[in-house]
Amino acid sequence: MKDFTLRRTSLYIPGNNPGMLVNAAVFGADSVIFDLEDAIPLAEKDSARILVRNALRSLRYPGVEVTVRVNSLSTPFGRADFEEIVPLGPSAFRLPKCERAADLREADELITELEGRSKIPAGSVKIIPIIETALGGSNLLEIARSSDRIVALNYGAEDYTADLGAVRTREGRELDDIRARTVMAARIAGVQALDSVFTDVNDSEGLFAEVVRIRELGFDGKSVIHPRQVAVVHRAFTPSDREISFAQRVLKAMEEAAVKNSGVLSLDGRMVDAPVVAKARKILALAEAGRGVKKEGTRHEE
Amino acid sequence: MIRERRGQAGSLESCDALVIVELSEEKKGILLELDSPSLLSYEEAMKSAVIETLCSLGVADALVKIQDRGSLDCTLRARVETAARRALAFQKHGGTI
Amino acid sequence: MKNKPQGRVLPEKIEGYGVVRPYGLSSVHTPEIKGKDPSGSSRKVLSSLEEAFRRSEIRDGMTVSFHHHLRDGDLVVNMALDVLAGMGIKDLILAPSALFPVHEDILRHVRSGTVRSIQGSVNGPVGRAASGGLFDVPIILRSHGGRVRAMETGELAVDVAVLAAPTVDEMGNVSGVYGPSACGSLGYAFADARYAKHVIAVTDNLVPYPAIPFSLPQTEVDWVVPVDRIGVPEKIVSGTLRITRDPLRLVIAEQVARVIEESGLFEDGFSMQAGAGGISLAASAFVRERMKARGITGSFISGGITGQSVEMLEEGLFTSLLDVQSFDLEAAASLARNPRHAEMGASFYASTASKGCVVDMLDVAVLGATQVDTSFNVNVNTESDGVLLHGIGGHMDTAAGSRLSVIVTPLLRGRMPMVVDHVHTITTPGETVDVVVTERGVAVNPRRKDLLENLRGKGIPLLDITDLKRMAEEMTGIPAPIPFGERIIGVVEYRDGSVIDVIRQRL
Repeated sequence: MKDFTLRRTSLYIPGNNPGMLVNAAVFGADSVIFDLEDAIPLAEKDSARILVRNALRSLRYPGVEVTVRVNSLSTPFGRADFEEIVPLGPSAFRLPKCERAADLREADELITELEGRSKIPAGSVKIIPIIETALGGSNLLEIARSSDRIVALNYGAEDYTADLGAVRTREGRELDDIRARTVMAARIAGVQALDSVFTDVNDSEGLFAEVVRIRELGFDGKSVIHPRQVAVVHRAFTPSDREISFAQRVLKAMEEAAVKNSGVLSLDGRMVDAPVVAKARKILALAEAGRGVKKEGTRHEE
Repeated sequence: MIRERRGQAGSLESCDALVIVELSEEKKGILLELDSPSLLSYEEAMKSAVIETLCSLGVADALVKIQDRGSLDCTLRARVETAARRALAFQKHGGTI
Repeated sequence: MKNKPQGRVLPEKIEGYGVVRPYGLSSVHTPEIKGKDPSGSSRKVLSSLEEAFRRSEIRDGMTVSFHHHLRDGDLVVNMALDVLAGMGIKDLILAPSALFPVHEDILRHVRSGTVRSIQGSVNGPVGRAASGGLFDVPIILRSHGGRVRAMETGELAVDVAVLAAPTVDEMGNVSGVYGPSACGSLGYAFADARYAKHVIAVTDNLVPYPAIPFSLPQTEVDWVVPVDRIGVPEKIVSGTLRITRDPLRLVIAEQVARVIEESGLFEDGFSMQAGAGGISLAASAFVRERMKARGITGSFISGGITGQSVEMLEEGLFTSLLDVQSFDLEAAASLARNPRHAEMGASFYASTASKGCVVDMLDVAVLGATQVDTSFNVNVNTESDGVLLHGIGGHMDTAAGSRLSVIVTPLLRGRMPMVVDHVHTITTPGETVDVVVTERGVAVNPRRKDLLENLRGKGIPLLDITDLKRMAEEMTGIPAPIPFGERIIGVVEYRDGSVIDVIRQRL
């Protein structure tokens, strides 16, 4: 994978809410999404854009990845969002309504141009495409491979199912297909797969069950819409003791193999290859992150 | 009487500010009405935030009314900028938007 | 001459006994019953508060005390002051255990000269007026422990205590748990009843003798005055206090629970006091979860008691509640029915003049602040704008007594930084404060190296207090100095009666 940024949770922060923007870093999410898109009514697009720009300019967000969901370049607001926000160098843009590789290339080129103009390192603003239509769903792999900036794939459950004409259920069966294909495309492209939001903020049991399931499917994280969902998702992403001890044994076996200069790595008589080692590393990173209630490393732990 | 071009932004939620900017064609400078719980500690800082923001947009003559609810500097500046831009857009489009 | 009571001849003096005081020269009734009625009934019950004040020999310049268990629903303070004003009494010193917004009426009586000063506690409107220079003499601010200590030592000599009595009998046995204005515990009134020269119980629920169980005994009450209403029930005790949904406060509360959990004190026999503030209530809820998860049985919860405390008692998480003030209906109801839920007076709770108070047995106290400084001094009296708005409550008492005092505050309120270089007013000295918890980090008092060791490496975001201050100022900017005048409008007494700080007039 291109980057190892932990994105178990991506917390949406409405871009026109100063109180939430100021405190975005304190809720323990791995990543925050300052939303200029769906959370903002048309009449307030300018207001949110300027507020988010100022927040990025003057506030510090220690230990959390700051991303911005800008409006699509196909809307009247997209270009202005890019122009105002890229110069502040957010970690990533979340690009809604991605349908074709061309959408991403257009965004990539505009970001490159703006990075150059504002003298921030080329390629520093990453992209996380959000697939919200059947067309986007059918072009997942092409989208995932369309730009070097892409670090994760995300889909938007509400818009996607609406486009399909599917019915939303608490169990989310209607998402089985897009979930499987998002993970698959992400793995092929070497990026993370991020799941959509769970909308009932009062149903933490339902959320927990869903996260356990999407983790089993291979997802690396989930978008959340309320701070209180953060801890639930992190708990669900914390590996079991069994997973942890297996991962530790894998890495130990690998070290021993390295000492012995043995080319072949085996554990319990079975061969261990690169994906298993990579997975073991990921498990241990998640386990480390899941220790304690809040994620460590995001704060100024002494 | 000269018709004022008006822009409003922000809200009365806590940590926000409701800002109204009325552009004026008379050369009367910036007239500021500021109501804020932070006035005692940050009046000067708030005033300069307003003036600097308006200057950067080329606004030299305006009536600015601010009902602040404990906004930080970056928020106040954003609300003033948005209100001023809206007032300027109103002016530019002759009041048709 | 020989004495002849009842026809018996008694010597004036008996060898080995002393001078003989013959029977029949003094009252057969206890002298406390000053209003002896020849008919033998309702000896203490008077028809008006004015009559009670008159019989209490009220005069200009006297000290009148009140308790605050009816909180914002209290009608007695205003009622009493109106009567006193009507009687033409001047220059009173009021000694309330706390005041609420409903008591703004006091200001009228200050302006008219009925009231000269306040000792004990103030609240918003009265404090604001004091900061503006309304009073000729400084307000004396005392903690709950400090107020009762001052009564015990005689520094605060109360002439007349006017007690809102939710239930009382004709002899003056007072209960707080029954009646239309029930408030639960009457803990703060214990000392008033005991130490005031004259004690008037004002009630809207006069019941047949004896009122049992009672909190204040007839041995301490002089007069009973029935009135139509002493309180507004919905403002006396709240319904179920809800845990805050504010995500920022929940973050702070969760950190508090983590700090407590890792403090080294979180084991069987653990005791705590948290109060009913938003963050405190949520912190208690998180502590509750963790006690269940770890199978810990605590000893007691003290101070202001809530429905949540009651549930924790009933779940077996704590073995007892020590209730000086019942915050909600559940707490008041539990006090009435559960023998493990005990009422305690303010001396028992927090007095340094007592032979041992509860705060000294306390493991953890979770406390609020209006400002904290980089020396861990805490201000709970004045707001960021320098205006006196709050009393002390049990803050300095529990901070001093508890083994772990936790100060909770958001780092900012609006644009105002809550962690500063120097608090406007030192209420609670930094040497009694162990840890400050904000949403952006936890600062341990460097004096508590043991605590720091326990908390390290536990996923708690530990920071230096100066880092918290710097983070706050980075967001807010450095605040301009507050324009204080020279005149002292408030004296903050520490719990032992020493002066810890003064509050100056706000210009």
